[in-house]
Amino acid sequence: MNVEQFLYREARLLDEQRLEEWLELFTDDATYWVPLEHDQADPVETSSIIHDDRTLLELRVKQARHPRAHARMPLARTVHQVGNVMVLDSSSEILVSSTLVLVEFRSERQKIWGALVEHRLRREGGDLRIAHKRVDLVNSEGELDGIAILF
Amino acid sequence: MQVLDRERIAMLVQPDRVHRSVYADPQIFELEMERVFGRAWLALGHQSQVKAPGDYFTTRMGREPVIVINDGDEIKALVNRCAHRGSMVCAEGRGNAERFVCPYHGWSYDRTGALRALPFAAGYSKETLNTLELKKVPRVASYRGFLFASLSPTGESLEEFLGPAKASFDDFVDRAPGGELEVAGGVFKHAYNGNWKLMLENHLDGAHPAWVHASSVAVARNAPEPGKPGEEHYYDIAVRQMRQNGAPESVWENTGIWATPRGHGWMGDYHDDSRLVAGMGNPAFEEYRRKLIEKTSQTEADRILRVTLWNTIVYPNCSFMSQFRQLRIIHPLAVDRSVVYTYSFRMQQAPERLFRDTVAFSNVVNGTASWVLTDDLEVYERIQKGFASGAVEWAQIGRGFGRDVDEPGARRGATGTSEVYIRAQMQAWLHYMTQ
Repeated sequence: MNVEQFLYREARLLDEQRLEEWLELFTDDATYWVPLEHDQADPVETSSIIHDDRTLLELRVKQARHPRAHARMPLARTVHQVGNVMVLDSSSEILVSSTLVLVEFRSERQKIWGALVEHRLRREGGDLRIAHKRVDLVNSEGELDGIAILF
Repeated sequence: MQVLDRERIAMLVQPDRVHRSVYADPQIFELEMERVFGRAWLALGHQSQVKAPGDYFTTRMGREPVIVINDGDEIKALVNRCAHRGSMVCAEGRGNAERFVCPYHGWSYDRTGALRALPFAAGYSKETLNTLELKKVPRVASYRGFLFASLSPTGESLEEFLGPAKASFDDFVDRAPGGELEVAGGVFKHAYNGNWKLMLENHLDGAHPAWVHASSVAVARNAPEPGKPGEEHYYDIAVRQMRQNGAPESVWENTGIWATPRGHGWMGDYHDDSRLVAGMGNPAFEEYRRKLIEKTSQTEADRILRVTLWNTIVYPNCSFMSQFRQLRIIHPLAVDRSVVYTYSFRMQQAPERLFRDTVAFSNVVNGTASWVLTDDLEVYERIQKGFASGAVEWAQIGRGFGRDVDEPGARRGATGTSEVYIRAQMQAWLHYMTQ
C-alpha cells in the first residue's frame, strides 16, 4: 500500500468509528502526540493535549467504548480530510507530513479543526504501521472546548 | 423583566435549595460581574510569572482584560485599555516590555501605566493629559507568592479574605524545598458552555466521581499496575488518581470537607503521598524528602508530608491542588460560557521526576482532551441546559444540611459528601450580591 492510501485508510477508520482497527495500525512502541504549544520541543517538560504511548492509547479507546463515557457516548461524527501529503524521508522509516482538516459534529454543534501532521511509518511484513504520529493543531494554545475525538 | 432588587435576589438562595436563575439568568450574570467579580479578591497567578522588571502577562478579572506587570518596584495590575479610544494596548500573551504602545494612535505607557508620550499632544491641555493613564486595578496583594487583585478600592485585606484557606497555600509552598515554586509546563485553556459556578461546585463534590468518572475508573482498574521503581510508566500518577475516583462510598464519606463564610472550601484526609508519586518508597520521592529535611528539619518535613489536602476552592475564581501542584483560574465569559486556565508548578529544588509527574497528571486528568475532565465538561453543559428550563425552579443543595459542624474559622460537613461547600458558596454569593 502506498503512503497516501495508507493515510486515507487511517482517516477512514476514524470517520467510521472503527477505533479498535485504527489502534491496530500503531506499532507496540508507538507514540501519539498532540502538543499543547506551537513548536513544542518535547512532551516531558511541557504538557500535551494528548501524549499517549500504545498502552495509554488503547485505554483511551476502551474508555470511549464504556457505556458511561458521557462525553463520548455517542461519539462525535467526523470527517478527517487529509491533504498535502509529502514523503520527507524514506531511508529507514518513512517520514510523512500532511495537513488535516477535520469537521466534527455532536450535540447540535459543529466544530472545525486544522492541523499539521507528521507520521513516522514503519514497514512490518508487507504492511505499513505507525510508529509515531504528531498532530499540531493550529489552535492548540487557544481556549478550546473539551476534546473527545481522535485526530 | 422584573427589577432585581436586593430583596428579590435574597429569595433565590435558601438554606437547602437554590433557584435555577442564579445559574441561567443573564441579568443576574451582569450583576455578578459588578458585585462579585468587581469586589472580591481574584486570583491572578504567581510571582514566578513576573520575576524580572518588565515581565508581564495578560489575563482577565472577571471580564476585565488586565496586564499583570512587574514595574521594577512592585507588581501591578493595569486595565488593558488605552485611555484615548479604548483599544487594548497589549496583545494577549506574556513577555517583557519597557512600554505599551497603543496600536491605534501610538499612545505610549510605561510599566506603571503612566502616559509617557503621544503624537499630536498639542491638541490637549496639560491638565487633561495629567488625568490620562492605564487604569490601575486598585488593590494588588500576594500571599506566599500567589498574586491576587481586587477591582474594589476598599474592603477587607487579602489575608482576612483568605482566612483559614491560607493553610492550603501554605501546604502548596511548604511542600517545595526552600519554598521555591514556579509556573511551568504550559497552560491548558479549556472552555465550556456553562455557568462559572458549576466548576467551583464540582471540585469539592465527593459524590460525583463514581458516576461522572465511571468510564475512566473502569479503564484505570484494567490499566497496567504502576511500575516498580525504575520501571514506572509515565502515566502511573494519573492511573492512580482515576482508580482513586472509584473509591468506595465509605472513603468519600470519611473525607474531610470544610467551608468558610467567604465561600472558600477544601477537602482533606483524602490522599497521602503513597498515592501520588511512584510511592513513598520510590527513590525520587526519597530524594525529594531528603531535600525537604535539609531545607527544614526532620520534624517539619514529617509534618508537611502528613498534610493530606485535596482540592481547595478560593471563591469566586480559583481552584487548586496543593499536592499535585495544579492551579486553575476561571474566567466567566457569559452566563452560560466559561473558560478555565490550568497552570502547573515546578518545585525548583525537587527531583525532576516530581515535575514530570505533575505534567503527566495535568495531561491525563486535567488536560483539554483528558478522559476525566471531558466528562466533567459534558455534565456542566447538561446542567446548564437543564437550568435553562423554566419547568422546574429549584435545585437541591441540602445533602447533610442541619448536621454541619462549626469549627474555628470554618464549617465542616458531617460527612465527606455533605454539600456544606455549596451552601457556603451560596452564602458568599448572597453576601456580595446583596451588599
